[in-house]
Formats: sequence, structure tokens, C-alpha cells
Amino acid sequence: MKIIGFIVVISTGLLLLYAESDFPDWADPSSPASVHVSPHYITESVEETSVPNIVTAVLADYRSYDTMFETVVVFAAGIAVYSLLRRSRKRQNQQEEQPVELPHQALIVKTVCRLMIPFMQIFALYVIAHGHHSPGGGFQGGVILGASFILLAISHDIQVVIRRFKEKTNLIFIAIGILLYSTVGVAALLFKLNFLDYSYLSFVIPVLDSVTARSIGILVVEIGVAVTVMSAMILIYTSLSSRGTYESGL
Amino acid sequence: MIWQFDIIILLLVVITAIAALHVKNLLCASIIFGVFSFLMCLLWAEMGAVDVGFTEAAVGAGVSTVFFIAAVFSTTQRTKD
Repeated sequence: MKIIGFIVVISTGLLLLYAESDFPDWADPSSPASVHVSPHYITESVEETSVPNIVTAVLADYRSYDTMFETVVVFAAGIAVYSLLRRSRKRQNQQEEQPVELPHQALIVKTVCRLMIPFMQIFALYVIAHGHHSPGGGFQGGVILGASFILLAISHDIQVVIRRFKEKTNLIFIAIGILLYSTVGVAALLFKLNFLDYSYLSFVIPVLDSVTARSIGILVVEIGVAVTVMSAMILIYTSLSSRGTYESGL
Repeated sequence: MIWQFDIIILLLVVITAIAALHVKNLLCASIIFGVFSFLMCLLWAEMGAVDVGFTEAAVGAGVSTVFFIAAVFSTTQRTKD
């Protein structure tokens, strides 16, 4: 069986190498991907959305529909892990298994993590808010925000995190992010615009012109993504490490 | 894009990929997988796709390694393969 697998892997690799010779060169300006819509994004995105980072403009404005369902994927993953692993306390007592004991009392680790976590969280908020101008955005910021709470759970105790993010709060948060995203999208329909066309915000907030409104819309959407991703990360970690009991863990 | 960097990083990517498959201890395998993710992040950053590299550093090298380790601690460290 192993030999068959080896042959399949080698032949697939050779086939891929053969097909690779037909690909356009790296950063080839005449490749099909660079001549269709990319020139429009590169030349017009600042005027249309006032977002200097083209990646963010494409991700959260032009291709917002994709990003919305990417967030739904994260949501579904979090809910799937939760519903697979969640156990009631009663069954835990019947099995009487002890989780792996690790020395939590390491003072240096605790102190260093307590000093680091606030900076991590501020950096995460910066990444979310500054996604318009530099690399970053909802996904990255949400993951870093979630990672700061995971670090808290690893260095101290999982109960420290669960006390701050109760199971119910987490489940509500994971849904709120998606809800925020889709509400912003659906509200555009009320103004007879396309789904997720954020320029309607200029009708709601009269100070904004329609270009700035799209920039603000991107920010709102990124916050929605970040909330969902953050609570999905915390939900997955707490489910995995406490073996679904939400009592004690790594 | 500096081709010497590319060669070194791609070589290390292949080495870590094979090592992650061959190591018997699953804890070691997840750590090596984290190294693999980090090398991919370097490669993307070097090719100019900083957004993708950032995501890979946060998700691939950071959080998913932690998830793997949490799963390994809850199950078993040894593999029969």
C-alpha cells in the first residue's frame, strides 16, 4: 500500500512540474491574472474607496461577498468543534479521567505573559484598525486577539479565560460578527443598492461622501470579521484543551 | 526577490515537510509543522505578498500549532504509521 502511495505521489509531483512550465513567469505583467481586473484595482481603488492598501480594498469591498463567506467558514469550524467536543459535566464524572497535569505555577512564565498580553491586544486592535493602510485586517487582528487569550489560558489556567469569556458569551460573539457583516450588507438593499455596497452609509451619516462611506464600511466589516474569528479561536482552544468539559485543561 | 533566499527557504520547506511526515512523535510533528508554516510565511513575505504572509504567521505558525498541541495532549503522542 505504501509503495502505491509513493508511486502516486511521485507521478503527481512530476505531472505538476510538467504543468508548471506552462505557467506565466513570476510577476509577469502580461499574464491573464494581471490583464483582466487587476489594472482597474491598481489605478482606481484609491479614488473609489479611499483605501491605500489595495489588498484590503479588494478583500473587503470589491470581493466582499467572498470574505463574508470565509468568515462563515470560520464560524462553521468553531461551531463544529464545539458541537463535536462539548460534553456535560455529568458524563465527565462517570469516566473519572484526569487531564494532563502541567506545572502552572511557573512564576516567570506567568509574569512575562501578564506583561505581554496587553501589548498583544493593543497590537491586534491596531492591526484591525490599520488594515486600510498597512497589511492586516479582520482575520489577522482577530487571530492575534484570540491568541492573546489562548496565551492567557496556557500561562495561567483555562478558568481565567472562561471566567472572562463564558461559553454563552463566546457563542453569542461568534454569531454577532457574522450578523454585523451581513447587516451592513443587507442594509444596502434598503437603499436600492447592491448587496454589500457600502456607499449607502453616506445617506445614513450625512457628513460622509460616498467614497469615505466605503472606507468606513470596510472598517465595520473588518470589526465583524475580527469578532467572529477571535471568539472562534477561543472556542476551539477551550473545547480542545478542556476536552469539551469547560472545566480544566492545559 | 532574491534567488539565493528562495533556494534556501524552498529547500528548508521541503526538508521540514518530509521531517513532519517521518517523525514518530506527534508533538514533534506539530512543532515541525509550525516551522513549515513559518517558512511559508517567510517565502510569501519575500515574494511581496505581505498580507498573506501575515495571515500565515498568525494563523499557521501561531494558533494552529497551539491547536495541534492541544489535540496531541488530549489524545496520544505516538503514531503507528
